[in-house]
Amino acid sequence: MTVSSSSTASHGSPRAQAATLEFRSATKRYGEQSEPAVDGLSLTVPAGDTCVLVGPSGCGKTTAMRMVNRMIEITEGDILLDERSVRERQPAELRREIGYAIQQIGLFPHLTVAANIAVVPRLLGWDRSRIDARVRELLELVSLEPVTADRYPAQLSGGQRQRVGVARALAADPPLMLMDEPFGAIDPINRERLQNEFLRLQSELRKTVVFVTHDIDEAIKMGDRIAVLRRGGKLAQYASPAELLTYPADEFVEDFVGADRALKRLALQRVRDIDLWRAPTVRSGEPVADVRRKIADADIDMPLLVDDQGRPQGWLSGRGLAGERVRPELRSRAEPLVELDDVLRDALADLIESQVHYSAVVDAEGRLAGVLSVEIVSQALQLPAERAHTGTELAEEERESLTRSEAEPA
Amino acid sequence: MSAVELVVAQLEIRSRRGGTCVSENGFCPGWIVDNLWRYVDPLVQHVILTVVSVAAGFAIAFGLALLAHRRQWLTPPISAFTSVLYTIPSVAAFLLLLPVTGRTTLTAIIALVAYTQVFLFRNAINGLGNVPEDTKDAARGMGLTDREVLWRVELPLAVPEVLAGLRVATVTTVNLATLAFFAGAGGLGAQIYQDITFRSNVVVAGGLAVLLAAACDLLILGGQRLATPWRRAAVA
Repeated sequence: MTVSSSSTASHGSPRAQAATLEFRSATKRYGEQSEPAVDGLSLTVPAGDTCVLVGPSGCGKTTAMRMVNRMIEITEGDILLDERSVRERQPAELRREIGYAIQQIGLFPHLTVAANIAVVPRLLGWDRSRIDARVRELLELVSLEPVTADRYPAQLSGGQRQRVGVARALAADPPLMLMDEPFGAIDPINRERLQNEFLRLQSELRKTVVFVTHDIDEAIKMGDRIAVLRRGGKLAQYASPAELLTYPADEFVEDFVGADRALKRLALQRVRDIDLWRAPTVRSGEPVADVRRKIADADIDMPLLVDDQGRPQGWLSGRGLAGERVRPELRSRAEPLVELDDVLRDALADLIESQVHYSAVVDAEGRLAGVLSVEIVSQALQLPAERAHTGTELAEEERESLTRSEAEPA
Repeated sequence: MSAVELVVAQLEIRSRRGGTCVSENGFCPGWIVDNLWRYVDPLVQHVILTVVSVAAGFAIAFGLALLAHRRQWLTPPISAFTSVLYTIPSVAAFLLLLPVTGRTTLTAIIALVAYTQVFLFRNAINGLGNVPEDTKDAARGMGLTDREVLWRVELPLAVPEVLAGLRVATVTTVNLATLAFFAGAGGLGAQIYQDITFRSNVVVAGGLAVLLAAACDLLILGGQRLATPWRRAAVA
C-alpha cells in the first residue's frame, strides 16, 4: 500500500510503503530450560494496519515487539517483514528501516531537536538540504513550532518530547513503526491529545504499526487489530476491537477487556451506524390535525419543530397543539443535540447528563437526521449478544475466522 | 636539606647582585622586574612537562576506559591499579624511577602520567557508565551500530565528566611537576629549590606555578562550556 495521499511521500525514502509483518511461531526463551517469554506467537499484521499488543505485565508484549527489529533475538520460529525473514538481515540496517519509539523516549540530550530527528536520515546518508526539509516537515506533522528545532530536549515539556520521539521514529519514512507504550509516561489529558494526533497522523500515513500497551482502553482506541497476550507469552486472542469486545475468546480475555466491555463497545460505534427513530416533524403554522396524523406514524409522540432547512427548533408541548395551528412559541429547546458523527458513548453521556430519554440527531449541516433514544442505544448493545444467542453457529464461524489462538492446548 | 645543598644555596646568594633587600632574602620588586627572564625557561619546561604528561595520560586512560567499557570486568582491577599508583609518594616515584630511566624528563613524565590515571580513568568510565539506558536503547533501536552508539551518543554525553577529570588531573600535574626536579626534569620547582631561602624567588616561581594551574583550569572549563551547550540549555 503506497502512501500516495500523504504529503510526506514525496520527501520520504523511495520505498515509502507500509510493510506486511508476520510472526511465525516466534518464540523467545531466556536460557535452555526456562519458560518462554514469548511462546509460539503467530499473527499477521496487514500493511497499513495498527496492531496493538496488549496484556498484563510479564506477558511478553514488549519482548514480542523487540524481536521484530532484533533488539531481542528470536529463539525459535521467525518474523517476516514483507515476506523476508528479519533473521537474514543485519540488525543495524534492519532497524534503520523500522521506526522505533519507546516510553522513555530516549532523546539524545546533547543534540538539538532537529539533530535528534535527523539521526537516521544522517545514518542513511541523506544530503543536508533533504534532511533540513524533512525536519521542518516532521515538526509540522507532529504540531511543533519551527523554533523547537534548535532547542535541546531538556528545554521541552513531556508532551513535546514525546512528539519529537514520534517525529524521530518517522524521520526516514519507515514502512513499519514499533511503539512501546509511547504515551505511557504522559498525563491523561496530554495522552489523549497525543493519541488523537497519532490517529490523525496514522490515517494520513497508513504505516504498519506495532503498538505495545498494558491499557486495554488505549488498545481499543488505537488498534485496527488487537493481540491480547497472557502471562507466559501466549496469544489469547487476535481480533479487531469490536470482535474482541463482542466475542472474547475465553475467560481471560473477558476479564482483561473488563466488565464494562459492553460500554467500551459504545466507543467503537457512531450514531450513524445504528437505526434511529423517526420523529414527527412540524413546521410553524402547520394544521394541528396534520401533526396528530404524523405523531401516529412516528416512533415518538412528541412533535419536533423544524425550520425551513429542516433544522430542529424545539420540542412542542401538548399546549402547543391545543389550537388549530401549531404555535411555535410553546416549545422547549431541542437539547441536547447529537450529531451523526458522535461516538455512541458520548451521545449516551449527553442523554444521561440532560436527563432525557431521547434527543434529536442532526447531520453535519445541522439538519434533522432522526432521534436517538436510550432504548436504541441499549438495543445496539444487545444486538451482538442476541446474534450470538440465536445464530450460535454463525458467531462461532466468525470467531474462528477472526481469532487466531495459539495452536497447542493451554 | 643536606649540607651540600645549604652550601649551594649560600653560593646562590653570593651570586645574586642587588641591594640590601636582596642580600636579606626579602621580597624585592625591583629585583623581580630585573630578573623575570630567569623564570621563562623553567616556566616553559613546566608547561611542557604538564602538557606532555596530561596528553599522554589522557591517551592511556581514555584507551583503558574504552577497553573497560566494552569488557566491564576490567573496570575494578584497572580502577584499583590507578588508585595504587596514586598512593605512591610523589618524591619516591621520581626517585624510584631514577635507576631505570635516569635523570631525564622522561622519568618525570612517567611518574606524572601515573598520577593522572586515577582521575582520568575513573571519570571517563563513570561518564560512559552514566549515559541513560533509554538513550542507548533508543540509539540501538534506531539502527546505530555499537561503534556509532559509542562515538555519537556515549562519548558526547560523557564529555562533561571526562573534562572534569581532565581539570583535576591537569591541576594535580602542575602541582606535582614542581617536584619533577628530583628526576632532573627542571621546571618551576627546580627554580624554587635553587634558591629556596630567597623570598622573591620563591614568590615568583611559586606564584607562576599557581597561575599556571589556574590558567589550565579555566582553559579546560571554558572548553567544557563550549563543548557542551546542551548542559546550559537544561537550566535555561
